[in-house]
Amino acid sequence: MSLLSVENLHVTFSTPRGPVHAVDGVSFGVGAGEVLGIVGESGSGKSVTLRAIPKLLHANATVSGTVRWRGEDLHAMDDARLRAVRGGQVAVVFQEPMSALNPVLPIGVQIDEVLTAHTQFDAAARRKRGIELLGLVGIASAATRLGQFPHEFSGGMRQRAMIAIALAAAPALLLADEPTTALDVTIQDQILKLLLRLVGELGMALVLVTHDLGVVAETCDRVAVMYAGRLCETGTVHDVFLRPHHAYTHALLRSMPGEGAARSMLVPIPGQPPRIDAPVPGCAFAPRCTFTEARCATTRPALVAMADGHESACYAAARLGSEIAA
Amino acid sequence: MSRGAWLISRLLQIVPTFLLIGLAVFVLARLLPGNAVMAMLGDRGTDEAVERMSHALGLDQSIFVQLVGFLEGVMSGRLGDSLAFRIPVTRLIGERLPVTMMLTGMATLFALLAAVPLAFVAALNANRWPDLVIRGIFQVGLSSPIFYVGLVLLTVFAAWLRWFPVGGYGDTLWERVYHLFLPAMTLGLSFAAIVMRNLRASILGVIHAEYVDFARAKGLRARVILTRHVMRNALIATVTLVGLQIGSLLGGAVITETVFAVPGVGRLMVDSIFARDYPVIQALTLVLAVFVSLAFLVTDIVQMWLDPRVGR
Amino acid sequence: MRLFKRLPAPLLLGLAILALMAAFAIAPGAFTPYDPLGFDFSALLAAPSLAHPFGTDQFGRDLLARSISATAIDLQIALFATIFPGLLGTLIGLLVGWYGGVVDALFGRLVDLVVTFPFLVLVIAIVAVLGPGLVNMYIAVTIVGWVFYARLMRSEVMVQKNGEYIAACKVLGYSTPRILFRHILPNAIRPVLVYAVTDMALAILLGSSLGYLGLGAQPPEAEWGVLIADGKNFFTTAPWIALFPGTVIVIAGLGFSLTGDGLADLLEVKR
Repeated sequence: MSLLSVENLHVTFSTPRGPVHAVDGVSFGVGAGEVLGIVGESGSGKSVTLRAIPKLLHANATVSGTVRWRGEDLHAMDDARLRAVRGGQVAVVFQEPMSALNPVLPIGVQIDEVLTAHTQFDAAARRKRGIELLGLVGIASAATRLGQFPHEFSGGMRQRAMIAIALAAAPALLLADEPTTALDVTIQDQILKLLLRLVGELGMALVLVTHDLGVVAETCDRVAVMYAGRLCETGTVHDVFLRPHHAYTHALLRSMPGEGAARSMLVPIPGQPPRIDAPVPGCAFAPRCTFTEARCATTRPALVAMADGHESACYAAARLGSEIAA
Repeated sequence: MSRGAWLISRLLQIVPTFLLIGLAVFVLARLLPGNAVMAMLGDRGTDEAVERMSHALGLDQSIFVQLVGFLEGVMSGRLGDSLAFRIPVTRLIGERLPVTMMLTGMATLFALLAAVPLAFVAALNANRWPDLVIRGIFQVGLSSPIFYVGLVLLTVFAAWLRWFPVGGYGDTLWERVYHLFLPAMTLGLSFAAIVMRNLRASILGVIHAEYVDFARAKGLRARVILTRHVMRNALIATVTLVGLQIGSLLGGAVITETVFAVPGVGRLMVDSIFARDYPVIQALTLVLAVFVSLAFLVTDIVQMWLDPRVGR
Repeated sequence: MRLFKRLPAPLLLGLAILALMAAFAIAPGAFTPYDPLGFDFSALLAAPSLAHPFGTDQFGRDLLARSISATAIDLQIALFATIFPGLLGTLIGLLVGWYGGVVDALFGRLVDLVVTFPFLVLVIAIVAVLGPGLVNMYIAVTIVGWVFYARLMRSEVMVQKNGEYIAACKVLGYSTPRILFRHILPNAIRPVLVYAVTDMALAILLGSSLGYLGLGAQPPEAEWGVLIADGKNFFTTAPWIALFPGTVIVIAGLGFSLTGDGLADLLEVKR
């Protein structure tokens, strides 16, 4: 049984200019210890999907669908139960540590409050655990660092501190929303390695939202590709990257530099992602697609299994597969 | 720069500020058209009398000598004698200033007691009926002149219901609080409106901050999120505003004290204008500006205490 | 008509109040049969009634008529007490923002200094030296109030002067006055205008307060604050003398502040 399962998730934001369908029928599961990458362009609904899981969206968002945590409906839990799951079993790391850490509280307090909420530790034990956590994420002289404020940390250290806070109560699943995007390239790599090491050491599952296919290739077991609020394709990283069964994934892979970047041409995807204020009847990618058929514009393709654990929602799936194989 | 060094440099800033305030008052008093001596003497302004008074006030010396003399006086606390009361201005103001400080202190307390909880209620119900009612009431409060609010409270609570005295002050602390209750309510209303409005806006700004979402993701109780994460950050901006409003509070005290016959410096200011007691007007302008600059200093220190980013 | 439907309700209410006030100011006689200065010794201190909706004062003068006839003076205060400091401050802010450097540093010091003086206290002190009256009140408000407009204009100019279109103007060889007044000013003036409308609400409060203290408009000039000062000795027996004109001030103040807030939202001016 999977740890987390998301079924037919829809998120609609009400805005002054009318409703925006940010997430449009997304389903996926995450097993214990598994690393799932959710990849897509900005505006594809990947971050909204992530935030919808532990009910972090604000009042302007309408969420439907089911989110099950260890079989239990997470969105139907009462407040106390939801609080126990949030932070205790499902933790979150955000993109921008400078704005996600409270600027007026020392890091120690921000770790301590998680421990107070989710453990029976006394003050001394919480402090000990705080030092241990900072050490775990690679922050030196942890005892002094506990008393310091976010602005006294460098960007990479701040992100490490946020990860330490998220890990405080030893969660079984970490939801990471573009955790490296705001950082320098060299630091990005360190943080990814840190996350992978922690997943391995702590036996934790990880959902990693990113726009960077390279990050997915390096870190994830499985990948889910999103476009315009919809799920295009899911499967193991190996399958999806080598044999993409969705025209969008196909185009995305061809638009990024790979191993043979020096010799092969990069092919940009023409056009812009669609506006998502009105539901698109057919495939959302159809207007930009080079494999398009007549039914793509009118009938929405369903997510169907292509191979074991490899699903795609594309009428051209078969043609793509053969083309790459050839 | 360490926070200690920041604090010391902030404290030292007060010296040039005081000098500039003194200079400004001096320049204002000399530059404005009209002869203060003539105005003070009124009908008795014979040439001889004007000359004698000018000499007594040192106005026949060069402007530079006058300035140095004035600043010396300011720094040593000699601000001349009141023409109406025939006592040193400093003594006069010294007697009246505590009354005004107590009035503005009570008004601030009332305003914060009303504004802070209501701002939270309004912000947490943004654009629903509790918010609209609270904002409506304070919008009216903001548009009401102080003397009018004072007269309404006076009419209802002093004249009709007789719960409070019509005016004046008292001897014991309790009597004073009792006498200043309505004046402080009057003075506090528009202040409360400004604080409510500002705090509501900053709560709405903070409530959607990423660190509040992160706090929710940590599984904290709503009460902890509200006090530790939302309130603490929202209050930082409001503390600055409260400090900046001390000036308008003192301006309001001038009117409030006139309406309720409270013997503070505000009332003294108005009385002195009609008595043409220029030394008192000049000294009061100076003292109130110094008072405000001290309030700014206190605000900055509180700000430093609340916000770890200040001074680093 | 469609524009009206798109405007938010508070803004419409504010504009409606201002329109009514303007009508009072232009044609006071159209709203009441009474002469605001006409004594009526048969109706001294008469309570509000159908004949006298606001009651009468100690000389039997109709208070509704007096309140309406005072509108002209108070609207004049709202305009003049913002236009003079507004013009002066805009001009200075434009220059300070454009030239920057030492000028800007000196200006910053000056602003710090002016804000340490309580606004009302400083205005009163200046009026005290110049003598009570409306003209002197305008002078005092201008001496103090320009700072706030200049500060606003300065920060707006600082943003605008780095715009690409200004670089283009310089390349085209436009003269500095032309760049300042034809290009920067129209682009930077919006927050100043919105502030001016809100400031008019404050000007009404200030004007009526000085009138009440006896330092602003002088009797027999009918001004709302003066009317209230006239009635303050009768407030136990005839509270309407003070209460009704006071309510009119509140409504006028609301008119300006609702309009100002509405405009700020509509023009997306941050404050």
